[in-house]
Formats: sequence, C-alpha cells, structure tokens
Amino acid sequence: MEGAPLSWYLILSAILFALGVAGFLFRRNIITVFMCIELMLNAVNLSFIAFSHKLNQVDGHIYAFFVMVVAAAEAAVGLAIILTVFKNRASLAIDDVSSMKY
Amino acid sequence: MDVPLFLIFAAIAVACGVNVVVQRHPITSAISLIGVMGSLAALYLLLGGEFIAAVQVVVYAGAIMVLFVFVIMLLNAGAEGRSGRSWPVRLLGIPFLVLLLGLLSFVVQAYAPKTDRVVFGAFTSGGPRDIGKLLFTEYLLPFELTSVLILIAIAGAVVLARKEID
Amino acid sequence: MDFFVLSVLKALVVAGALMTSLAYLQWVERKVIAHIQLRLGPYRVGPHGLLQPLADVIKLATKEGIVPSHVNKPFYLLAPFLAVSLALTSIAVIPFGPEIEAFGVRTYMQLTDINIGVLFLLAISSLSVYAVTFAGWASNNKYSLLGGLRAAAQMISYELPLAIALAGPLLIAGSLSLREIVEAQQGVTLGILPRWMIFQPPAPQIFGFVIFLIAAFAETNRVPFDLPEAENELVAGFHTEYSSLKFASFFMAEYANMITMTAITTTLFLGGWLPLFPAEYGSNFVPSILFALLAAAALYHGLHPARRKDRFSLPVVALLLAAAAALFLIPIVQTFLLPLFWFLAKAGALMFLFIWVRGTMPRFRYDQLMSFAWKFMFPAAAVNLFASALLVALFAR
Repeated sequence: MEGAPLSWYLILSAILFALGVAGFLFRRNIITVFMCIELMLNAVNLSFIAFSHKLNQVDGHIYAFFVMVVAAAEAAVGLAIILTVFKNRASLAIDDVSSMKY
Repeated sequence: MDVPLFLIFAAIAVACGVNVVVQRHPITSAISLIGVMGSLAALYLLLGGEFIAAVQVVVYAGAIMVLFVFVIMLLNAGAEGRSGRSWPVRLLGIPFLVLLLGLLSFVVQAYAPKTDRVVFGAFTSGGPRDIGKLLFTEYLLPFELTSVLILIAIAGAVVLARKEID
Repeated sequence: MDFFVLSVLKALVVAGALMTSLAYLQWVERKVIAHIQLRLGPYRVGPHGLLQPLADVIKLATKEGIVPSHVNKPFYLLAPFLAVSLALTSIAVIPFGPEIEAFGVRTYMQLTDINIGVLFLLAISSLSVYAVTFAGWASNNKYSLLGGLRAAAQMISYELPLAIALAGPLLIAGSLSLREIVEAQQGVTLGILPRWMIFQPPAPQIFGFVIFLIAAFAETNRVPFDLPEAENELVAGFHTEYSSLKFASFFMAEYANMITMTAITTTLFLGGWLPLFPAEYGSNFVPSILFALLAAAALYHGLHPARRKDRFSLPVVALLLAAAAALFLIPIVQTFLLPLFWFLAKAGALMFLFIWVRGTMPRFRYDQLMSFAWKFMFPAAAVNLFASALLVALFAR
C-alpha cells in the first residue's frame, strides 16, 4: 500500500466534470449555471495536477495556474453581465434571457 | 496514509459536487462549491502541488467565490422555481449520467497503467520557486498575455457594471 | 510518535496562551480606551478589574442562546464557528522563537514551519470574509445584510494592498517560510539599526510596513475601518442578531485576528523574535533591567503609599517583578524566554497601536474607504513593490 492509483484521481476528475455538465444543463439560475462552469474548470485542473505528478513535470501546474487566472477574469466579467441582466430583466432565471433583445 | 486521505477528500469533493448541482438555492450551491475547492486543494497537496493548493484557496475560494456570494447577496437571489420540463426528460438524465460516468471510469481504469501510483512526496518540484522559474522563463509570453486578459476583463467589468448616467 | 507527542504538546501550549491572551486583550483594550477618555475602565471585579474577562466569559456562556425565527439556521450557526476557527488557525505558522533544546529534545518555537507559510496566511485571511458575509446574510435583517456586504467588499479590496505590501519582505528574504524570513533579518545595518525588513538595505520596507499596517486595520474590521459594524448606522452590523456564545465567538475572532495580524507584522517587518540590538551589546539584559526598574518603582510607591492597602499590595507586585527580572538571568531559561520576550514586546507595541488608533480616529465614510483602497493604497503598494524589486535586482546578491 503506497498510494492511490493515478486512475482514481482521473476518475474523480471525470465525476466532478460530469457533475458540472449536469448542473450546467439542469439548473435554471444563471448564477448556479456559472458556478457549474467553475466546477468543470476545477475538475480539469485536478487532471492537470495528477498528470503533472505522473510525468514529474511542473508544466501541469502552470496550466492549472493559467486556468485559475482565466477563471478569475471570467468571473469578473460574467458576474458584471449577470448584474446587468438582472438590472434589465429583474430575473435570474435563464429561460427569461432567451432573446438577445426585446 | 495516502489512500485513506485520498478517499476522504474525494468523498467530500463528490458529495459537495452533487450538492452544487441538486441544491435549489444558489447560496447553498456556492458554499458546496467552496467545499469542492477546499478538498481539491487538499488533493493538490497530496499530489505535491503546494503552490497550486495555496493559490486554489486564495484565488478560487478566497476571491472568485466571494464575488459569487457577494452577487447572490446583492441580488437577493432566492431558490429557483420548478422548471416546466416533462418527467421523461428528468427521469432519463440521471441514468444517462451514471452510464456515461461508468463508461469513462471503465476506459480510464482499462488504459491507465496499474503501476502508476500517487505517492506523497514523490513529486517535489511543485513549490513556488519552481513554478516561478518556469513561469518567468518558458511561459513568459503566455504569462504576459494573461495579464493583458485580466486588464481587459477589469475594463469590461467596469464598463458593464457602471451606473447609467442619463 | 515523538513528533506527534511534541506537536500536541506545542499546540496545547500555544492554544492555552492564545485563549488567555484573547480574554486579557479585551481587558487591556478597555483599560487603555478608558484612560484615553479619562475614565477608569473596569475596576470592580478583582484588583483593577483583572478578573473582568472571567466574569464576561461566565456571563456570555450562561446567557440564553437565542436563535431568531427568521434566520437561515445552518448558515446562521456556521458563521461564528467559521469566524473563530479560521481566526485561530493562522497562529499555527507563526514562529515565536529559534530552535531550542529542552529535556534533550530539539524543536522550533513554532507549531509548524511550512514552505508556503505566507501563502497559507493569505489563504486563511481570504477565507475569513465568509464568516462575516454569511453572518450578515443568514441573519435575514437589512442592517446585518448591509454590514455583511460592506465587509465582503472591504476585505476583498484591502486584501490586494495587503498582499502586495507583503511581497516586499519576501523579495528580500527570498523565501515564503516565515522562519527563514526571520532568519534573513539577523544582524546590524548602518552600524546601529537592526537589519529588520523595515530597515534592511537595499530596499527598506518602511512604506510597505505602513501600507501593510493600514490594510491590516481594514482586514480586521477595526476602527477607522469598522464599517461592517458601524453602530450608529447599522445597529451592530453583521452580528446584530447574535447573542450569548455565538456573539462571543465573533468577539473572540476579532481579537484573534488582531493577534495574528500583529504577529505577522512583527515576523515580516520587525524581525520577529530577534532582539533590538545584538547580544554583544548586552541585549540579553534588557528584560532584566526593565523588570528591575518596574520592581523599583513599585517598591518606591509601596513605601510611600497613596492609599492604605498599597502598603501591602505594591511590595508584593515588586517582589513578583523582581522574580521575573531574576528569571531572565538564568542561562537555560534565557534561550527560550528572550526570543519570546522580544516577540511579545514588538507584537504588544503594535497591539497598543491598534487600541490607540481606536481611541483616536473617527470612522471613514464608505465611499472614502473604497476610494482610499483603490486610488491610494493599491497604487502605493504597487509602486513600493516595483521600487523594492528594482533595488533588490540591482544591489542585492
């Protein structure tokens, strides 16, 4: 017994990613949908780090770092968009924003 | 010690991940997502990624999720209503998800070499020094580009969220 | 197993000392504020109100814990727990002294030394926003919600200058481990000044220190940045709906945050447990001389008593102080008591500054707070970091 197999980490990553996809499709609240995207990004990061460990290279960590930076930028812009949508339609339900313009 | 630790944090991550998806109230989803991020940070530590684990907590849990929580509170978002979808759609979704996951796990289990084990301490170059070195030499251009991206994002957020001056 | 026993022992010592100092910090604050405002402060329970913290603890613990009917219960109960546990966690990486040897065991006077210590502190402090925001939101009360929102915005805004100001010492020390940062500050510069980060050539971090301190005030929600609990506009802000031990947890968290912040500042900028001047010039005798002088003063006032009971109480105090002075002269005790003395002296001075500012400064207005963070603190911290990086690159190593 010297440690969990690498495949377990990958399966965990797959489970989290699938949960993210499921939430992205099921949920009707814009903010929750957005959070599910973050969940998917996190799942991918776990794969990056696991592969980095297997290949004994730091590069995976750098990719994960970039994913985080992009996620931060995305969160800032995305939440600003959500605020604007809420200001215009007074609703957070994603079905209410199906049209680009009234 | 590695396997129990992995199992504990993986269980927390999956439980919180399921909670993110099934909860109707966004703030409960948000705190579950923080749980996922925290347990992932612990898993990164097991994988030898000290720097990335700290950054995961500082950036993801400490900054991005605070923004989410802030917006949820600002808009006073309540629990979402029932969607008007028909019941076969709802019933079929979960079995298909499980099927897809089973298939994926099977493929990963079948093709990943059995000898690959994640041993704590086998990977030691995940500290801030190594990552900084690589970030400012080999990955300098992408690094600079992300700073431009951040700048654009800031400008975009300010433009989108500014008060309308009529 | 040895490691395990040692760790548990150290954790117990640190936790015990921390809890006691938390209770007494509140007494000190009330006394200092009272004297600033020409009052006496707590005086009834015990001599000079010294047992007041105990009385407060008993009072808060025996009060009925009311959970209002309109709150979101899980989050309402989670918030104080989160606040106090996060506030107490960060003390684990603070070094109180060098490696010591006692009873044949060599150990560091630090709970744990991790190579990403500073990042750990940042991570913990960035998580502590949740306690306040969840408390504000879960209370389901408009004043609490406003307090929570204010806290979230304020703590995110001030975390940036805090983190950037903190990068200066890291640049000079070339490490994220708090112990190595302290060890990088050993020695003397310019013949007389200690080589602490605020004086250390080539990039003295005086501006970084000031920026860090201001941001620390904001991060701990202290006056002049206590807008989340501004009592004349928001009742009590995020903890309006809390009572008994839940309220006490928020109170404890605030003081624990103060202790951690002063400890971090001491470690990063003021040389941690290093003495003011090297041992060759006799810094080992400073605590003894200090305590001896205090003992002499107490003895003098005991011999010329202003009140009758002083004739007995003050000589006893003088005796205790003299014993402390003698204790600092024993060589074996010196090895671990001296670093602790210097660390606590510096942290205590900063703590006094926190209380002093509370007794002196008025509260900021909310828009002033935000524009101060983004238009002054953030650029100033960035310029400081840039200048330090340039100086380090040009002149160091």
